[in-house]
Amino acid sequence: MFYREAGDFKKTYSADNQTFPIKIDRVGYYLALVVAFLVIPFVINDYWANAILLPFLIYSIAAIGLNILVGYCGQVSLGTGGFMAVGAYACYKLMTSFPEVNIFFHVILSGGITGLVCVLFGLPSLRIKGFYLAVATLAAQFFLVWLFNRVPWFYNYSASGQINAPERMVFGIPVTGPNTESWATYLFCLVFLVLSALIARNLTRGMAGRKWMAIRDMDIAAEIIGVNPLKAKISAFAVSGFFVGISGALFFALYLGAVEVGEAFGITKSFLVLFMIIIGGLGSIFGSFAGAAFLVLLPVVLKVVGVDMLGWPTDIVAHLQLVIVGGLIIMFLILEPHGLAQLWRVAKQKLRLWPFPH
Amino acid sequence: MPEQLVFAMEVFTNGLMSGVLYALVALGFVLIYKASGIFNFAQGVMALFAAMTLVGIQNGQVPFAHLINAIFGTHVHTFGWNISSAFALILTVGVMILLAWAVQRFVFRHLVGQEPIILFMATIGLAYFLEGFADLMWNSEIKTLTFCLPGELCLPQGMNLAIDDAAYNAWGVGFFIDNLDITATLVAIVLVIALVAFSQYTKQGRAMRAVADDHQAALSVGISLNFIWVLVWSLAGFVALVAGIMWGAKSGVQFSLSLIALKALPVLMLGGFTSIPGAIVGGLIIGVGEKMFEYCFGIGQCFGGVINLGGATENWFAYVLALVFLVFRPQGLFGEKIIERV
Repeated sequence: MFYREAGDFKKTYSADNQTFPIKIDRVGYYLALVVAFLVIPFVINDYWANAILLPFLIYSIAAIGLNILVGYCGQVSLGTGGFMAVGAYACYKLMTSFPEVNIFFHVILSGGITGLVCVLFGLPSLRIKGFYLAVATLAAQFFLVWLFNRVPWFYNYSASGQINAPERMVFGIPVTGPNTESWATYLFCLVFLVLSALIARNLTRGMAGRKWMAIRDMDIAAEIIGVNPLKAKISAFAVSGFFVGISGALFFALYLGAVEVGEAFGITKSFLVLFMIIIGGLGSIFGSFAGAAFLVLLPVVLKVVGVDMLGWPTDIVAHLQLVIVGGLIIMFLILEPHGLAQLWRVAKQKLRLWPFPH
Repeated sequence: MPEQLVFAMEVFTNGLMSGVLYALVALGFVLIYKASGIFNFAQGVMALFAAMTLVGIQNGQVPFAHLINAIFGTHVHTFGWNISSAFALILTVGVMILLAWAVQRFVFRHLVGQEPIILFMATIGLAYFLEGFADLMWNSEIKTLTFCLPGELCLPQGMNLAIDDAAYNAWGVGFFIDNLDITATLVAIVLVIALVAFSQYTKQGRAMRAVADDHQAALSVGISLNFIWVLVWSLAGFVALVAGIMWGAKSGVQFSLSLIALKALPVLMLGGFTSIPGAIVGGLIIGVGEKMFEYCFGIGQCFGGVINLGGATENWFAYVLALVFLVFRPQGLFGEKIIERV
């Protein structure tokens, strides 16, 4: 009844091609942006920021990055944790080596560095495919974590082997270090998320994205019609690494503040982000958001229901969480291999005809 | 004989032994992959689950005791009996068969015909599910596994004194080999022979190979795919149980068991996913390779310690080796040649 495209006439080609061609979608999108930028910063508190909003924003960036690689280009990677660690350590080294530069540029640069590392580990993807590649990316995961543990230069020879984010300002307001306010860190991450989503969305519907999807759907056929697999795969690894690196840098500098690499960026992190995009929807930017939101909220909800309301011990709830996440993954793969994003699409399709389907 | 060389030999032998254990886990992967084309990431967790079930049954733990206590406010923990290892083993095999059936019935029957990568991700989900399920069922404490067959045939612990003595007499330096590793090697040999015999000489084994060759052709001559798949998953569950007993007796039944099993992946990549001999050779190469690399470059014992990476290289060596290897030979040592068509 309300969700209609009737009467919304497009007069130019670009208007017809925009991301949200339906007016109500567009309005919703701008409304979401307004709420995110102008309302939430005023009502946010530490609990909401640390338990839900910051992890959601940061994991969304990681999920977008991984989705480009897995969902759009079809190269399964289990090295996300390792690549996030690259972002975190690059950011730390940049922050401590060039304290006068704004942290904004540090984060972007660490994304770039991660992109390069990602390309390096992506090179074998030209020869190996499918789960062979998935296992090969485990090499990145374990090697990188080991490297950051063992080479003291990376953690500036600190005695604990940890890295700690020093205090850095943006416009005179601290965004890292111990004296931050939750709204400042929230806004900082939000800016990165919005930029990442914009870039990713526009890349994936342009030439680059179409090449990636051609490679994903059938690489030999893509090669025959003139897609250069080297360029397509390497660019997917680079772009994916860029976003994952940014999320790693933010995860370390703004969210955790202090990082021990094996704990923060272990193999479980790789799986977590992979699950986000499976549940959210492979090959969908919206799916990255949905999956991240789902897997960030699930433990919180389970904890509230299990520990606070039912009074169960925390370890049982933690185990239940594994069972539920694993079960959900299987359920989604069976019922809806395209995840929450596809459910959303189906719902919208239904809404267009509601209440008078043919 | 110089001391250095004896140490190196010791490292080499121990590498071989741990390679056998990797190969044990890898075997389960190969079985399932050959028969159903599913790359079963959950094999390691299956080993953990099997070992936990065995210990739980032995000690008479009440399944889901924690959960029951939390819901009903009771305080049940054990049934208060101990079951002999042999009987517990049989019960555990039963549980693994049940698990195989459930996996087949509730997961993979619905995923027939999906892309391999979807199946792979489903097994990752299965791994998480099983891990949480095992912890819920038997709680996540580290358990010690003692396994004795009737007639006081226990899994031995500690180092083999006979070999140590012999080496000491011959070279003046001790030679450390774990008794358990020797047992594991023997068990692995028996297991492989049994598996090969099963697949070559029994009706079910032939049917299994037929399914591995061609699903549709096998269906058309009247082989039940469902039965074969349950059979294969049960076999993989049994192999997982054996691997779980060996690893569990070595380092305790705990979560890290399923991580060690991740090591079986590079083993497979070296050996090729479809080859049982490949799994064994790959396991040995990885086992020896990572021990020797750690000894030589990780803690800097070779070439006068020129290269010293500071230890713990075992964490990544296997993966990097497999990665480098695959670039040159994408199908592994013994894998079938990959032919691609549009």
